Amino acid sequence: MIELAIDIEGLAFAWSGGEPVLDVPQFQVRRGESVFLRGPSGSGKSTLLGVISGVLAPGRGRIGVLGSDLGRLTGAERDSYRAAHIGLVFQMFNLLPYLSVLDNVLLPARFSAVRRQRARPDAESEARRLLAELGIPAATVTGRPATELSVGQQQRVAVARALLGRPELVIADEPTSALDSDTRDAFLRLLMAECAAAGATLLFVSHDTALGTQFDRRLSIAEINLAEPHREPA
Amino acid sequence: MKPLVVLAARSLWNRRGGAALTVFAIAVSVTLLVGVETMRSGARESFARTISGTDLIVGARSGPINLLLYSVFRVGDATTNVSWQSYELVSRHPDVAWTIPISLGDSHRGYRVMGTSGDYFLHYRYGNRQDLRFSAGGPFKDADDAVVGAEVARALGYSTGDEITLAHGIGAGSFAPHDEHPFRIAGILAPTGTPVDRTVHVSLEAIAEIHEDWQGGARSLTNPARHPHDGDDPEGAASDAGAQAVPAGITAFLVGMRSKDAVLQMQRALNEFRGEPLSAVIPGVALQQLWQIVGVADRALLVIAACVVLAGLIGMLTSILASLRERRREMAVLRSVGARPLHVFTLMVLEAALLALAGVIAGVAAAHAILAGVAPLLASRYGLFMASAGPGVYDLLLAGAVVGAAILAGLVPAWLAYRNSLADGLTIRT
Repeated sequence: MIELAIDIEGLAFAWSGGEPVLDVPQFQVRRGESVFLRGPSGSGKSTLLGVISGVLAPGRGRIGVLGSDLGRLTGAERDSYRAAHIGLVFQMFNLLPYLSVLDNVLLPARFSAVRRQRARPDAESEARRLLAELGIPAATVTGRPATELSVGQQQRVAVARALLGRPELVIADEPTSALDSDTRDAFLRLLMAECAAAGATLLFVSHDTALGTQFDRRLSIAEINLAEPHREPA
Repeated sequence: MKPLVVLAARSLWNRRGGAALTVFAIAVSVTLLVGVETMRSGARESFARTISGTDLIVGARSGPINLLLYSVFRVGDATTNVSWQSYELVSRHPDVAWTIPISLGDSHRGYRVMGTSGDYFLHYRYGNRQDLRFSAGGPFKDADDAVVGAEVARALGYSTGDEITLAHGIGAGSFAPHDEHPFRIAGILAPTGTPVDRTVHVSLEAIAEIHEDWQGGARSLTNPARHPHDGDDPEGAASDAGAQAVPAGITAFLVGMRSKDAVLQMQRALNEFRGEPLSAVIPGVALQQLWQIVGVADRALLVIAACVVLAGLIGMLTSILASLRERRREMAVLRSVGARPLHVFTLMVLEAALLALAGVIAGVAAAHAILAGVAPLLASRYGLFMASAGPGVYDLLLAGAVVGAAILAGLVPAWLAYRNSLADGLTIRT
């Protein structure tokens, strides 16, 4: 059993021809740990998440994620690696408007055989169980577009999708910024409870320091990224 | 692949307003293309059906197309006539089964008048060796009878027993009427879809009779138009025709041989005939030559229809490209749940293919529905017979071609989406 979910050493990343955005000498997250990563926009956190989730090819360094060095994988291999092992939750607009809630949650199982096989007893049952645990009314799960739900409910659906098929690592990028304070706290509790129940490592990124109290560990991005902060190309 | 097809279909359905317009544009263009092609083959078929069963068309020396045009299609005029003696000589030849004389030059309210013999109604064949049938009455019995084609009867509201007069020359407002010789309609032919429908048939004797007082008379001085019946009459035979009018010459004649083997031999003999310069053509060969000329127009029509389909596909390309910006988020979500850039690429191509497929199916269905609706009208009014009643192999090929072209067009947005998706990654741009 590999102890580290994320094990980065000497990572450097720059957009083509630009200033270095990332300069991370070392960043480690243990398996099962929940980590709160705080940083303002422009601090390179989205780029870091892109590298960890295998979307961006690292310029230099060892990007150990769940025992694999992403720097040595091809683009296609990183894609299937992400599909199989990483669940992602974004700030907003996580759901495809033309699919039902259930079909949105089932998407990882459609693209990854690993996620499909790990779902117990099967993908649809697990999706319905996760949705029920996250408080999505069963009546809204099929038959109408997912985007008819409230923003808070949509974010919880995104969590269910990120957890389907028990990926080892869940990355959440500002998932609460579109929520009001009441739903935000409830959302956070549910997210952490579900990750703990699934045994998933949680990497949570936000600029809102007030959220960090419930996490195993809190970090500022400035502590791990030594590159000068500047605007991200987004 | 299958989940991607479902995704593409759902995504399109979500944008069904715009997608429907794209499908509609493709459908309209495909309807046009199928319509044009079906009319084209119908026209080609009708054209080839104009005359059959005739082995040779014989007229004064001219090109085969010219001979075919005036003798069968009633278009244009003969430069000179064929003498009655030559006609008699050919018709008595032992290898010849039958001959049909054709004498043109008069008209009736814009329709050509053809002088012929009773053999015309026995031996003339069109289409798939169909013979002429009467919808009312029967063949002419004497020089006062006329038999009109289906279109003449319909357009002018004639029925059997009506009296008509012929006019000298050709054209609606003809030069001088032959009003001293009225004709009685003895029969009306059933529709054939050939120029027969637009012809007034009278006997050769009638043609000779109505022209006999024109020989060198005062009226021909006031009429500068050259009379096709007497201009090449070497003996002036018509002037002394008397009670039993014998035509001095005829415009052309059709020949049926006893054996097909003798056709080429007879054609050569006629083309080398020493008595007078004659041309003999095989109808099928001449029809083919003529179609090569006429066919240019309908090939042009086909090219135009194909361009309309191209415009439809460009419209589709435009709408997909326009949707790419707002769909970057959709692509990022798909990437986050495990879709590869290749999946995104395939999704876009599938989208183009689905749009085109829906458009083709709707277009082909609409085209055949419309054709089925107008087919009886086309057949009765214009003599155009549609070969295929329903969708056929051609439609399958067309569908394949249009969807194929759509897939090719779809490669452009697919490539852009692929590149966006590589560059954007999981970053959701709003």
